[in-house]
Amino acid sequence: MQQSDLATKAKITWCPGCPNSQILVSFRQAVTELVNNGSLKIENLAAFAGIGCHGKISDYINVNSFTSLHGRLIPAMTGAKCANQRLTVIGFSGDGDSLDEGIEHLVHAAKRNSDINLFIHDNRVFALTTGQFDALSPKGFVSKSTPFGSIEEPFNPLLLMLASGATFVARSYAGDMAGTKKVMQAAIAHKGFSYVDIIQPCITFFDSRDYFKDKIYWIGEDFPTNDLKKAMEKVSENIEEKVPLGIFYQMEKPTFEEELYK
Amino acid sequence: MSKDLHSEIFTIGVGGAAGEGVKYVGTQIGEALTAAGFQVYLSLDYPSLIRGGHNFVRLTAGKDKIWNDYKKLDVLVCLNDETKELHKNEIKEGAWMLEGLNNEEILAKIKEFLKEKNISGGEAKAELIEGNMAFAKGLQAAGLDFYMAYPMTPATSILHYLASQQTKEGLKVIQPENEIAVINMALGAVYAGKRVAVGSATGGFALMQEAFSFSGMAELPLVVAVAQRQGPATGVPTRSSQSDLRFVIHAGHGEFPRIVIAPGDPEECFEAGAEALSLAWKFKTPVIVLLDKILCEHMMTVDIETRPNDAVGQGLKNGDLKIPGTPGQIVKVTSYEHGDDGITVDKPEEIQEAMDKRFAKGKKIKEEMQNRETIKIFGSSDSENVVMFFGSTKSAVLEAAKYFEKPVKLLQIVWLEPFDVEKVKKELSEAKNIICVEGNHGGQLASLIRERTGIEVTDKILKYNAMPFDPEELAKQINKILK
Repeated sequence: MQQSDLATKAKITWCPGCPNSQILVSFRQAVTELVNNGSLKIENLAAFAGIGCHGKISDYINVNSFTSLHGRLIPAMTGAKCANQRLTVIGFSGDGDSLDEGIEHLVHAAKRNSDINLFIHDNRVFALTTGQFDALSPKGFVSKSTPFGSIEEPFNPLLLMLASGATFVARSYAGDMAGTKKVMQAAIAHKGFSYVDIIQPCITFFDSRDYFKDKIYWIGEDFPTNDLKKAMEKVSENIEEKVPLGIFYQMEKPTFEEELYK
Repeated sequence: MSKDLHSEIFTIGVGGAAGEGVKYVGTQIGEALTAAGFQVYLSLDYPSLIRGGHNFVRLTAGKDKIWNDYKKLDVLVCLNDETKELHKNEIKEGAWMLEGLNNEEILAKIKEFLKEKNISGGEAKAELIEGNMAFAKGLQAAGLDFYMAYPMTPATSILHYLASQQTKEGLKVIQPENEIAVINMALGAVYAGKRVAVGSATGGFALMQEAFSFSGMAELPLVVAVAQRQGPATGVPTRSSQSDLRFVIHAGHGEFPRIVIAPGDPEECFEAGAEALSLAWKFKTPVIVLLDKILCEHMMTVDIETRPNDAVGQGLKNGDLKIPGTPGQIVKVTSYEHGDDGITVDKPEEIQEAMDKRFAKGKKIKEEMQNRETIKIFGSSDSENVVMFFGSTKSAVLEAAKYFEKPVKLLQIVWLEPFDVEKVKKELSEAKNIICVEGNHGGQLASLIRERTGIEVTDKILKYNAMPFDPEELAKQINKILK
């Protein structure tokens, strides 16, 4: 299989230069490699999406897909995995999609360790609705709905996921396509709930490319991913100063779907 | 009022505080009577609390079909002192009062009562069942794979029953974090090829609206049980209502075909469960089964276990639902307007074509209706007096009909959407008096009949105090109108 086999007839309507296209390329590369090395059958891949700029990706990938409602992809992913455990279920979502609208599903999917993989296009803003603050926007963020600056502190989504019971927690940067591909593949290989935060600067409404360029760094291969306390410490680093990327936490425990059919 | 009738039937009340086993004792008596060949109708009234308060089971039994319980009691079983005081005005002269007895003693006393009154049952071959369980059995008969629900009275016992029916490789029941998760999880399982139903009270269904619309847009077959209770809002959680007819037939934003079936007794609940799942898959469309507290929880002697499968929609073929996991096939489902390939469209001609395609199956559903019991007729089919109703009101109306002083045609609307305009028009064409009996404030069925047929009902009997109709009082009201 070639990466071009994963393209569709649909015209890409993201802003020219949007890092979403880099996530798309990383995904196509990740899938092509997994199919070619025999670890994934393409018919068993089911890609879910929510609503937001990220959600357009369903139209751009020639694989089984399910574009859900805003914030509601996660329960649908669990439903599909329960219905057919042979499916590799991955979901594209945004911070507005899964940390505002559908946050209850995010927390509960981590809690029940559903064997699904969630890739969050983290742009720290509502983009498709033309730029309002969201759950991950920094305090003081000036947007159309917060002309005097947002008065709320943002979530730390990685800390939230660790506290909720996610068994795979990682962060990547859209501009680093090779790194993102690798994290995606590791998430897919993981049995259990995988949360991957992909920093995806919105070049139109919150252009943070320069901001992140100097702050991101990959944690070393020797980082102990089986230590919840260390993972919590690592993801709690002040992102105003440094932004660690990599797999922070990974552990094996029975999945929701395994328990359901036990 | 026919005295003869009352000598053939009898009514037993069981009262006590919540937690004292009122439902258990009442059901035991009902089951014993069913086993002895009696026809039984059992009602259950309780407030929304766990311990204390006053729970009351009332069951009426007789040799012939009993459609509804009666107010006046031949036997009152008191599990606490308060019961005697609360029901003193409902006791017939010479009624038996049973106090301070255990279960076995109560059942023995009931036997004694039957012997003294010289009442005996017929051939025992049926079971005493509530609407919720009958509905759940109907779903099972049609091959249910998954049931998802968040607990909410009066739909909860569907969840309890089906949860108890799970097997390792067969039926699975999941209780997600809320109703929004319920229906979206259900749609994910449908996408992967499973037969799925969800259920809730109407308040829970209100939370499901966006995803209900999604099932219409994406043509994902789904059965939704909607159990009405008195609203608005949290309303009266443990008491009944028929006030959500308008809500369910218009449920979900946007326009898309759907089917709404309103069974009227446990037997019809069974049929509706089976039929709904088969219809959903045949037409790739959401199907609502509209229930209400009375229907959900009241029990009736019915004979459903022995019904042949072809009577419950097994003959319906599945639609050509494509599912992921099939080599060489890509299945794209989306909540956006889309073409046949599941890719988003936004050109005017593409949008209109997609809408027309979805509504084309509305025509096929209308053809299917020719083969379905979309309405039912009871009583004098050629009478110019017509009583109309839907849902659990069937019980009170059919029992009341035993006391009608004039010939009356009883017209039950089973399919609320699509509405069978032709059949209903035909049945009303010669009618002079049309009385609509409903458990709501607005006369929603009456307004629907007017809207769909242009025919105005002449009288409405509406009850919106959340309690069931009493058949004898209802008969009086109807006789007065038809005088």
